[in-house]
Amino acid sequence: MTAAEAPAGRQLVYTLAITEGVRQALQEDPLAFMAGEDVAGAGSVFGIYRGLLDEFGPDRVIDTPISESGIIGLAVGAGATGLKPIVDIMFMDFIGECMDEIVNQLAKMRYMFGGKATLPVTVLTMSGAGMNLAAQHSQSLEAWLCHTPGLKVVMPATAYDVKGAIITAAREPNPVFVVMCKGLMALPGEVPEEPYTLPIGKANVLREGDSLTIVAHGRMIHEATKAADILEGEGVSAEVIDPLWLQPLDTETIINSVSKTHNALVVHEAVRFGGVGAEIAAQIAELAFDYLDAPVGRVAAPFSPVPFSPVLEQTYVPNAERIAAEARQILGTG
Amino acid sequence: MGRRAFVQWERSCTMRGRSDARDGVPIPLCAEAAVANSSQAMEPSEEVLKDLHLRMVRIRHFEEEAGKLMEQGKSPGALHLYIGEEAVASGVMVHLSDQDQITSTHRGHGHLVAKGGEFKKMYAELYGRETGYNKGRGGSMHISNVDAGMLGANGIVAAGPPIAVGAAFSNKYLARVEGRDRMNVAVPFFGDGATNEGAFHEAANMAAIWKLPVVFVCENNGYGEFTPQAEHQAISDVADRAAGYGMPGVICDGMDAVAVWEAAGEAIERARTGGGPTLVECKTYRFVDHVGLRGIGLHYRTDEELEEWRARDPIPQHEQRMIEMGVMTAEEIQAVHDAVMADITESIEFAENSPLPDPADLLNDVYTPTAAS
Ligand SMILES: Cc1ncc(C[n+]2csc(CCOP(=O)(O)OP(=O)(O)O)c2C)c(N)n1
Ligand SMILES: [Mg+2]
Repeated sequence: MTAAEAPAGRQLVYTLAITEGVRQALQEDPLAFMAGEDVAGAGSVFGIYRGLLDEFGPDRVIDTPISESGIIGLAVGAGATGLKPIVDIMFMDFIGECMDEIVNQLAKMRYMFGGKATLPVTVLTMSGAGMNLAAQHSQSLEAWLCHTPGLKVVMPATAYDVKGAIITAAREPNPVFVVMCKGLMALPGEVPEEPYTLPIGKANVLREGDSLTIVAHGRMIHEATKAADILEGEGVSAEVIDPLWLQPLDTETIINSVSKTHNALVVHEAVRFGGVGAEIAAQIAELAFDYLDAPVGRVAAPFSPVPFSPVLEQTYVPNAERIAAEARQILGTG
Repeated sequence: MGRRAFVQWERSCTMRGRSDARDGVPIPLCAEAAVANSSQAMEPSEEVLKDLHLRMVRIRHFEEEAGKLMEQGKSPGALHLYIGEEAVASGVMVHLSDQDQITSTHRGHGHLVAKGGEFKKMYAELYGRETGYNKGRGGSMHISNVDAGMLGANGIVAAGPPIAVGAAFSNKYLARVEGRDRMNVAVPFFGDGATNEGAFHEAANMAAIWKLPVVFVCENNGYGEFTPQAEHQAISDVADRAAGYGMPGVICDGMDAVAVWEAAGEAIERARTGGGPTLVECKTYRFVDHVGLRGIGLHYRTDEELEEWRARDPIPQHEQRMIEMGVMTAEEIQAVHDAVMADITESIEFAENSPLPDPADLLNDVYTPTAAS
């Protein structure tokens, strides 16, 4: 079920959809627990876990010290020995503190042990720029994770998808990173009350079109959709695809779309060089070369740290106008 | 005395004892600050008392105005204010020259002010202007002045101590190469919460085994964000951690600038002369919320606790002492506040009228310009 097919009904903002996803994951499995910095007493600095401590108590909703490496290590050890850890790394930027636990332990244990260890670990973390929080609180580092065999990576950008992603991750017996978008915290959307999952590795087709495929993920799906509106006013029909799962990636949906539209534009908020978009563009070039009318385009952040000054940050983060402009280039209309 | 007993505080400055008179006189940092010939005796001179006061007053007013600017939406992003903790930065910084380095935290304005930061460049940075210390690229959480040895506020908790160890390694190395027997000193500031990160422990160990000129200054304000110390670590004195690395651990009253000055002075002098690192724990408190003045409205501290600590406000306490000692009159003290406020008003105006960065310069200063595309 995609957002488009969700039954019309209850609206929740993105933050409350996160809370509900974690609440239901904790409700449905007594071996699931949540741990992270200020997740319990404060309900997270983003307010996304408010009320969970009251509902589940301090044995299951746990404030940790400021120890990211310890937090992921906790999840690896507890996950390998029968629990279902749901852990929070407040800002995605802080994964730098725990990259060994992520890359060398969490991602590889099952493989290294000949298939013997199961790690039903969910890691929740908040990414993205746009709030003037500067170079160490604004990054989109999903490519680091996607480059590591063993991790599943989902980047939900609607209230519906974020709740579904959390429950899917919690039920999945292997490690999943749910990369959330802080720029979308106030975004409302339809969210069913009951628990539901998302199909792992299945993209969302957000909008159908026939002359250009825009593949965007994270917060950029909304800019891509706006760009498609702009282009529609110019007589261009763009298809917008949100891969949603960056690992495993839904190559098939993307290739089928490009085979139909003959043009492709890949968009993300992370820096362009070596971003997930580079992989998507390469796959399109490999698998749909004969269908392409023009080289695959890419719109992403320039190759710099995220600047503090609002004027610079606005230039830094891609937007609908830049996406539409790049689309015109590809189509030869701009 | 709130939830955090000060029993051990009684044994504060366990390392107390007179250091030999040395000839090096620290260079005053604020142009306005009096020469602080601090390391010669453990009794602060009048100049030192005035210097401590001026640094604290500059921090307090800077921060109060910055907090208002944030709440008015003029200063973008998030500001972690130092209000209440002024005695720590001031008491330490009186002993340091521009050749000594500090590393700071997310709560970094106070450290930069105390290290001689100019209000104009600081407010301009908070405003994201080209005239700011970091040309608007860094903002509050990265504010820095490398020329004066201020190696940056830091958005990553506990990122400072390892960097300070690197600076101290450099200080020791250069003193050897240049044949000096007094070394420059590196001082990492960090919170109680930061000592739960591995980075802190790795830094402490390296500094100790190599006897580097580092003074680890812990600002123990009793909380890491909204989590009380008792819930994030099983010790109440961060200074206890020093024993695990074979370095002295000292506790002092972080609400008393003279107590900090005394404890830090001894540790800094020992570091300068090859005696190796010290961990100085300053028991302090932040009077405002984790971020901004009012914060996000969480009630994790009782009003009673807040009032108890506010009653120990380092600035009126210090002013009272100076009046009693006849160092300054109430009128002279008021004149200091007025002069600082005048500087602030002028500096905010400067910031507001300063040019914004040019978006065309976005990629300047990236180490790898050729990868840009
Ligand atoms: C590596 C890392 N983890 C978490 C955070 C989020 N964070 C910012 S300040 C803070 C609390 C720090 O507590 P403490 O070290 O005691 O300093 P204080 O804020 O009390 O001055 C936390 C958890 C961060 N910035 N960096
Ligand atoms: Mg603290």
